[in-house]
Amino acid sequence: MRTDPVSRQGWFSSSRLKRPDAWSLGVPLIAAILALPVLVIFAHVFIPASDVWLHLRQTVLQDYVTNSLILMAGVGVGVLLIGIPTAWLVSMCDFPGRRLFEWALLLPLAMPAYIIAYTYTGMLDFAGPVQTQLREWTGWGWGDYWFPQIRSLPGAIIMLSLVLYPYVYLLSRAAFLEQSVCVLEVSRTLGAGPWAGFRRVALPLARPAIITGLSLALMETLADYGTVQYFGIPTFTTGIFRTWFGLGDPGAAAQLAGIMMTFVLVLIVLERYSRRRARFHHTSARYSRLPRYRLRGVHLAGALVVCALPIILGFVIPSGQLLQWALRTPHMWMRPEFLGLVWNSVSLAAIAAVLAVALALVLAYGKRLRPSLPVNGAVRVAGMGYAIPGTVIAVGVMLPFAWIDNTIDGWMRDAFGISTGLILSGTLVALVFSYCVRFLAVSLQTVEAGLAKIKPSMDDAARSLGTPPRQVLSKIHMPIMRGSLLTALLLVFVDVLKELPATLILRPFNFNTLAVRAFELASDERLADSASAALAIVLAGIIPVILISRTISRSRPGHDTPA
Amino acid sequence: MVKATFQKPAALFVACALAFTLPAPALAQGEVNVYSARQEALIKPLMDEFTEQTGIRVNIVSAQADALLQRLRSEGRNTPADVLITVDAGNLNSAKAAGVLRPIESAVLNEAIPESYRDAEGYWYGLSMRARPIMYVKGKVDPADLSTYEALADEKWRRSICIRSSSNVYNQSMTASMIIANGEAETESWARGLVANMARPPMGGDRDQIRAAAAGQCDLAIANTYYLGQMLNSDDNAERTAAQSIGVFWPNQDDRGVHVNVSGAGVVTHSRNTDNAVRLIEFMASDSAQRWYAEANQEYPVKPGVEWSGTLTELGEFQADAVNLGMLGDFNAAAVRLMDRAGWR
Repeated sequence: MRTDPVSRQGWFSSSRLKRPDAWSLGVPLIAAILALPVLVIFAHVFIPASDVWLHLRQTVLQDYVTNSLILMAGVGVGVLLIGIPTAWLVSMCDFPGRRLFEWALLLPLAMPAYIIAYTYTGMLDFAGPVQTQLREWTGWGWGDYWFPQIRSLPGAIIMLSLVLYPYVYLLSRAAFLEQSVCVLEVSRTLGAGPWAGFRRVALPLARPAIITGLSLALMETLADYGTVQYFGIPTFTTGIFRTWFGLGDPGAAAQLAGIMMTFVLVLIVLERYSRRRARFHHTSARYSRLPRYRLRGVHLAGALVVCALPIILGFVIPSGQLLQWALRTPHMWMRPEFLGLVWNSVSLAAIAAVLAVALALVLAYGKRLRPSLPVNGAVRVAGMGYAIPGTVIAVGVMLPFAWIDNTIDGWMRDAFGISTGLILSGTLVALVFSYCVRFLAVSLQTVEAGLAKIKPSMDDAARSLGTPPRQVLSKIHMPIMRGSLLTALLLVFVDVLKELPATLILRPFNFNTLAVRAFELASDERLADSASAALAIVLAGIIPVILISRTISRSRPGHDTPA
Repeated sequence: MVKATFQKPAALFVACALAFTLPAPALAQGEVNVYSARQEALIKPLMDEFTEQTGIRVNIVSAQADALLQRLRSEGRNTPADVLITVDAGNLNSAKAAGVLRPIESAVLNEAIPESYRDAEGYWYGLSMRARPIMYVKGKVDPADLSTYEALADEKWRRSICIRSSSNVYNQSMTASMIIANGEAETESWARGLVANMARPPMGGDRDQIRAAAAGQCDLAIANTYYLGQMLNSDDNAERTAAQSIGVFWPNQDDRGVHVNVSGAGVVTHSRNTDNAVRLIEFMASDSAQRWYAEANQEYPVKPGVEWSGTLTELGEFQADAVNLGMLGDFNAAAVRLMDRAGWR
């Protein structure tokens, strides 16, 4: 995963560079700036515990902990159970429809969690069409029959698993495709069947990728507010909001966020520990066409069900419902203003994606170049933004930005008698910055994973031939990891498209996005009216999702033809 | 070197950011900047009407009240905002307490808006009103069995009440009004009784409670009047049918009255377009704007003499709780804690 720190540092101390170069100064600086909002929130932790904290401990804290843990455990199991088998099937087996499934399995990624929650509730709730029809047919009433309650903890686990499994699918599929067939063939010559080959060779080799996907899914689960709030489940996120705004105690709210972060830290530490000194560079560059297992009979039927079910449940049904609602409410989208919303969403997501990936590239490469405790630490902290609810990040961005603006304004007033007003706050700069903070983990993890696969000996070879670090990155690493970069770009793009809370709070005047529109209407319980905006988010997300899939198929050297 | 690595994205980003910021409002005459906790869709038509009448352009950012308040506080004296609009009095009071609102003198507003729906010192003015009555399933519940909010804790309603989560500000304000009326201890035991009487764990929004009652999941629901009003006027057949099966009971008519709340507005302390801001609020209190609120959103006008919508007229008249609405904000935290203790999720 990482290069050997001792030899690299020794190597560098004897390098030609006499002054501290841009890498050793720039990387910690960028990491520190990106970590600032998270640190601002954490600074609240040191506000002495108020009696609100005692109150929380006596009443609801246990619920928050239990529910959040169950939710994470459930979603963790859910995304692994859906993500890994589907990735294995489409990568290693051959069956009719495989090409379609390759990209269609990513489609739920385009569906915001709160939208799928609203949609399924609209359909399956007691007062919804499904149960109403059931009662009409049978003549049952309330209490006469059992029907799964969609707005419950298990319901939330299912909803989140359905939209988050693509992270695991995406990364484990990329890992399966990148594995040299040689290792699998070796395992076969040693007598392992397909199942053993999967379980004892491919799966362990893909573990870093799977863990990355899992941690992204779990961080997003922790940060989810829309779904749990709508389902009425008390978790850390709903608790943070309630404590901050309902009880008016930012300190206690930050302390809750602090506990939540410890969950993430524990996860990271556990994962690091389990890997210990194992490294996952590819040792062989020999690739040949994947010999796919041809599936027949029961196996074929099973594969079809396993692959089709997540797509149907996570995409086809909810978007079908959205489409039906959108068609019923043409006045919501048949107007020029709607195009403006689409443009705002797409352009904002594109800018944020480019920036987040560029920053991730600099940070990841800087870390590879100069691994040091402060740099690693700052990069880790900056990457934690993904697990923090958007509103909290937004406040973490708002406070320092407004402080900078007001300080500059104060100087200018004192010195020149002119007011500069707010330079950054309330502009798209603040908003794009908050996206970078929030989604850095996504781009960073993808870029780091790509970088980790490049053997350090490549760096050494290039450097010994006199190539400066910047050119090693741009001429050698970037072309090799083009696939990872594009994936990171598109993932952030789709995430920003769906992002809501930070957009809501930080956006400038008269600036609306699809997510804002969808949420405002849905939160007013006008589901049908919100459907067209929600559907547009999904549609805008589909194109990048398909592109991601093609990139991955192409990324495998020697791969037959792109999907 | 770092600079070189992301020169291109940075340039792109700066260019795009500039392109975005250019049409942003300049703080010139002829504009007013609004931070609105009411969703844009629900006030935009009214703002457009204001622009048409006065030529003053209205710029809007809409978000949750707490977030807007935080934004006002951190922006301080450089805030571009002139007007803060919220959907409940509690948040206006918090804004006043945080020092982000300034008092205004307006004979027009003082005349249009009754004293109980505005701040005594002129920091904020209520603009539309709603009630949070008890709703019952017609034919299933005899309204004669209903009396007060307090009586909802009675054992006879075991497992028959639908109400949303205590995280919602409507329930927080309602509970705060009960603390003011009955004290904390009594309200806590009431909340415990109410929790025991819930037909299901709290979930969803106000419309969900109405729908669940109509579908037979509960006998009583607690929801804001405009939700019922909007459902009664919905394009969706199922929504209308559901709403039609629901009756409204005005509780506590023999004592303090039904719990009400207002949406309202105030002028921001560091506003630079104060005159326009006052004009906007005065416009929102005008007869035509008040009638628009009533018709489009099914809210009650705060201005006496302005006609109610047909739907609201059918729901009947009521006596409203006369408690100073600003006080609800003072008891909000106490209400939240009490609901936590009572196990109201």
